[in-house]
Amino acid sequence: MSTGDTVHDAPAGDSANNDGSSRRYFLIQATSVVAAAGAVGAAWPFISYWSPSEKAKALGAPVKIDISKLGPGEMLSPIVAWRGKPVFVVHRDADTLASLETDIDMLADPNSEITEQQPDFAVNAWRSERPEYGIFLGICTHLGCSPKYIVTENFEASGQGGFFCPCHGSKFDMAGRVVKGVPAPSNLEVPPYRFESDTVVVIG
Amino acid sequence: MQQTNSDTKQNGWAGAMGWLDARFPATETFEYHMSKYYAPKNFNFFYYFGWLATFVLVNQLVTGIWLTMNYVPSGDAAFASVEYIMRDVEFGWLIRYLHSTGASAFFIVVFLHMYRALRYGSYRGPRELLWLIGMAIFIALMAEGFFGYLLPWGNMSYWGAQVIVSLVGAIPYVGPDLMEWVRGDFLMSEVALNRFFALHVGALPIVLLGLVFVHFVALHHVGSNNPDGIEIKKNKDENGVPVDGIPFHPYYTVHDIHATVVFLFLFCAVVFFAPEMGGYFIEKPNFEVANPLKTPEHIAPVWYYTPYYAMLRAATFPLFGLDAKFWGMVVMAAAVIIPAILPWLDRSPVKSMRYKGNLSRWALRIFVVSFLILGVLGVLPPTKEYTILAQFCTMLYFAYFVLMPWYTRVEKTLPEPERVTE
Repeated sequence: MSTGDTVHDAPAGDSANNDGSSRRYFLIQATSVVAAAGAVGAAWPFISYWSPSEKAKALGAPVKIDISKLGPGEMLSPIVAWRGKPVFVVHRDADTLASLETDIDMLADPNSEITEQQPDFAVNAWRSERPEYGIFLGICTHLGCSPKYIVTENFEASGQGGFFCPCHGSKFDMAGRVVKGVPAPSNLEVPPYRFESDTVVVIG
Repeated sequence: MQQTNSDTKQNGWAGAMGWLDARFPATETFEYHMSKYYAPKNFNFFYYFGWLATFVLVNQLVTGIWLTMNYVPSGDAAFASVEYIMRDVEFGWLIRYLHSTGASAFFIVVFLHMYRALRYGSYRGPRELLWLIGMAIFIALMAEGFFGYLLPWGNMSYWGAQVIVSLVGAIPYVGPDLMEWVRGDFLMSEVALNRFFALHVGALPIVLLGLVFVHFVALHHVGSNNPDGIEIKKNKDENGVPVDGIPFHPYYTVHDIHATVVFLFLFCAVVFFAPEMGGYFIEKPNFEVANPLKTPEHIAPVWYYTPYYAMLRAATFPLFGLDAKFWGMVVMAAAVIIPAILPWLDRSPVKSMRYKGNLSRWALRIFVVSFLILGVLGVLPPTKEYTILAQFCTMLYFAYFVLMPWYTRVEKTLPEPERVTE
């Protein structure tokens, strides 16, 4: 049992004669690194498995909406779904359009400065391509509930109605712009869309 | 070995046990955990809930397994399969109500079990790890309840899950992608329903059982605390038995049977006469199938999440350039996790509330009241006044923890007794 018997000594015990122990230390380290890489590699398929499948991705096709029967002040009903999310289509009258340009003191982002929330064509006071038709995803930007369309009583200031989220009390105006001091951080999202004709919109 | 060889020659029960003990530590395990596990003789009412939690866990496992025999985890069939269980399956209604009422009962007994620890300092050394394992059980239980709540695929199930999964989306930068990964789709869909089912009936029960097992092992290693918060192991007789301890079996096993009977009276009264509990155990919008286009008029989580939900809603203003939604998630997560560090916050020379000072007593009372108020606020709609009250109670909730190192040190405590009282 002399100092030469490093195999049975503690690895850090004998610094004068540590050839064997340092080699063993290296082997342990190297094995651990390889094992860790292997564990990460093995975890990869298990984690990827949770991502949207090809089938889920394929369900995101555009939808056509007929708006010929949508009168001023109304919201399209029943609500249409695009990628499974509710799409709100509102027909705004002249009074409402005027108030969208003036009643902006209560809004958190009146000029649509958060660019992810709408396509470029909707960066304007009414957040739409054609002023009278507002098209928004009916998903609250707070925690994903679907807001209610309220015709008048929603906003004391303008009396023009808007959207109210029943879950946590967020409010949006008739252009889907979020009111200050509510939990929702940003305006309702405007989906990409185009008018195929005066009465048909293609969402997506 | 020679000892056991001679044992095997005996006949009857002793012979059978001898054969078994030579191959598996049956008698040894029973003695270590039951007949020679010495628990303090002064346990009171609050010491029933650990056992009752175990009892409810067994109820959940058995009724849960039975429910899976008829439940179908698919978007088209889930809601109908639950109605099928309720209407057409023999005693299906009973199995389901035992399971749904069991979920609420689980949280009631676990909250009381945790309150006991706060009251008598059961989280203090040498039981820090026991407390941490218990916290892990609590978090796993919350996850288990959350995943299970989606499975009936009612409209409240759907939107409740939508709100909680959306919390993930509040994490800066990676949030939206992470949310898609959790749902496996661009919205809550059957994909999420299927994986929640897998987690609810497969992964989390295994995790829970494992954690409960190590909770027992850790408890029996350090020994139970008691209402006086003193260590009975410091005072042993000549045989090494704590003088203030009594064998868990038969004394506390019989004691707990009594508690179980009382518990079952109350539990069965709910199961048979008020299984929906006025919409608090099973919420009314959940009698309508999930509709991704329509949020229920008033959405609230099941009662056992409402204190945390009220704290989530209490965050209504941005801070440090991060929006209110992110802070809501942080506050809620912190509220769930912060009790884990209690063993290191409590600097009092004594463990039990019996010998702590007035500051600690009032801190605990205010904490409990604010938690209850938050629980009520969580089911109410978010008006301006309620939000302010929720913000105030959230402050009180956190103050209990944050100020603990201060108030447990400055107050005057009473001397602990040498022996347990009562």
